[in-house]
Amino acid sequence: QVLRIKTRNEEEAKKLQFLESLEHLELDFWINPSTSALPVDVRIPANRVQAVKAFLESHGIEYSILIEDLQVVLDKEKQDMANSEQRDRSSNTFNYGTYHSLDDIYAELDRLASEYSNIVKKLQIGESYEKRPLYVLKFSTGGRNRPAIWIDAGIHSREWVTQASAIWIAKQIASDYGKDPSTTALLNKMDIFLLTVSNPDGYVFTHTTNRMWRKTRSKNRGSPCVGVDPNRNWDAGFGGPGASSNPCSDSYRGPSANSEVEVKSVVNFIKNHGNIRAFLTLHSYSQLLMYPYGYKCTEPADYAELDALGKAAASSIRSLYGTTFRVGSICTTIYQASGGSIDWSYDYGIKYSFAFELRDTGRYGFLLPANQIIPTAEETWLGLKKIMEHVRDNPY
Amino acid sequence: AAMELPPSHYSVTRAAALAAGYVCHRLGGPGHGLALRAVRHARRQDIDGVGRKYYLELVLEDIMDNDRTVNCTAEVLYHLGNKNIAPDVQFTIEGELKNTDEADNIFYNRVKSLEKELVAENIPDSHGNVSPEMQPIQLLAWVASGYVIWQNSTENTKFQLAQIKHVKQVKRSDEYLEFDYKILLHEIVSQDIIPWQMTVLWHPQHGVQVTRDSRQPKHASE
Repeated sequence: QVLRIKTRNEEEAKKLQFLESLEHLELDFWINPSTSALPVDVRIPANRVQAVKAFLESHGIEYSILIEDLQVVLDKEKQDMANSEQRDRSSNTFNYGTYHSLDDIYAELDRLASEYSNIVKKLQIGESYEKRPLYVLKFSTGGRNRPAIWIDAGIHSREWVTQASAIWIAKQIASDYGKDPSTTALLNKMDIFLLTVSNPDGYVFTHTTNRMWRKTRSKNRGSPCVGVDPNRNWDAGFGGPGASSNPCSDSYRGPSANSEVEVKSVVNFIKNHGNIRAFLTLHSYSQLLMYPYGYKCTEPADYAELDALGKAAASSIRSLYGTTFRVGSICTTIYQASGGSIDWSYDYGIKYSFAFELRDTGRYGFLLPANQIIPTAEETWLGLKKIMEHVRDNPY
Repeated sequence: AAMELPPSHYSVTRAAALAAGYVCHRLGGPGHGLALRAVRHARRQDIDGVGRKYYLELVLEDIMDNDRTVNCTAEVLYHLGNKNIAPDVQFTIEGELKNTDEADNIFYNRVKSLEKELVAENIPDSHGNVSPEMQPIQLLAWVASGYVIWQNSTENTKFQLAQIKHVKQVKRSDEYLEFDYKILLHEIVSQDIIPWQMTVLWHPQHGVQVTRDSRQPKHASE
């Protein structure tokens, strides 16, 4: 119990000071006895309450009960804190510096679309194999079918820093409009489409079962092995070297190009839109910025421009934390790989097609510590901005 | 004659990763490890009847303190024909490595005096966390995996340690510490995750030794 004691004179104050000196009573004075006119507040252990009250009464010292049962108060406070934490989760405190479940990411997409409803809309472009929605955020300040930038993340589900960076980037674009000159100028002319989780089935699987899962979760006829590598499934040199025909392989291309609904949905969206001017895809890890081709080792027609732009973007990335990205075509930088997304988009006519491999270079690999999410997102955003500014200023 | 190669070409980065793994395994321990920071220069030469040799100038960084770097010259020879022979690696290091005797001894004594054998799983965990007590265990695996990577690399592979699935200390009557690791290696070219077992011996004065290692079968359901 906590008692409030009012002393009327110096004699009574002295009695309290005497009480204070009795250590065995284990009294916890919140306001100590002194000669001032302030009341004395003291917390008394339950088994001492009677004795202390008896002492006070026998000396005619007035007191009142401030807190009947402190434990009750503490318990309620704890409950209140837990409740407000819950409320915070549904209001504005999504922690961008940690990895989230698919449900939490999807909830945040809704929240962003609602908070920034003047420029952000959530669209569904299809469903995954296991029937999860594929959500794209559209950033637009108006117009009809403006030239647009496509950005996707998480096509390979184990590359967690990409989905995490994408949702941070979404927030950044939305909150930067009207404040950052570059983003504002960009959105005044062009739209941005952002697919934060391209492979939701795989992403859920990395949370529930196998953190290292890469592919989709589609069943393969005649094989116990599940899934297709969605970045070997595009219609670009499909069936060529650099993709496996074995369903058990992590680079299995699938039975045919666009067999994966996750890939087909994006292809359909891009074709139906008809005015996508850049195709940017996020992967991890290795710290690379790559342009076509992967399915063949010959240079793309726009090699010089893409290489220069890639180097400029890598420079922007490096300016923030010193993170170095190597720039080059897929084929010369990592390997020959057929059926890749930026090869398809480039051959489809989208000149500015780039694939990013984000942090790190192998020390943690896919298991990048969460404290690197925001720095990674920040530097990646600078690289993306560099490319988007060039696209804005070089219409074709 | 040796042909110069751009440092960012994949054949160079694969050879460099192999070399760095080898060097790290030779010089590393639970308190100190090296990782590849950059490739400064690269040349390649085909040697008739022998194989293909890469001449590399590398920058390696101290894992525990990545402001600290050393220069390393390495030669990697991939043998023609028989793919079961590990590539030959020669190297020289320029610059001083940090002395970690104190940290090594603390770790050594800590483990030696454990009553029950050390056991742990999933290092790092899904979110990339490694507890401070497990840091030396993780670093030891990183160093030891350099050996496994070296022994199993070809020009068409690039391995990286992805995760420790399980580690168990094996108590010994002699002065060495022994750990039985089940690790996951990420092979970048095929993108496959390959389970691997390795038995690692360590002593502060005698360095790291992998005494047994074997590729493990993967389950279809994974």
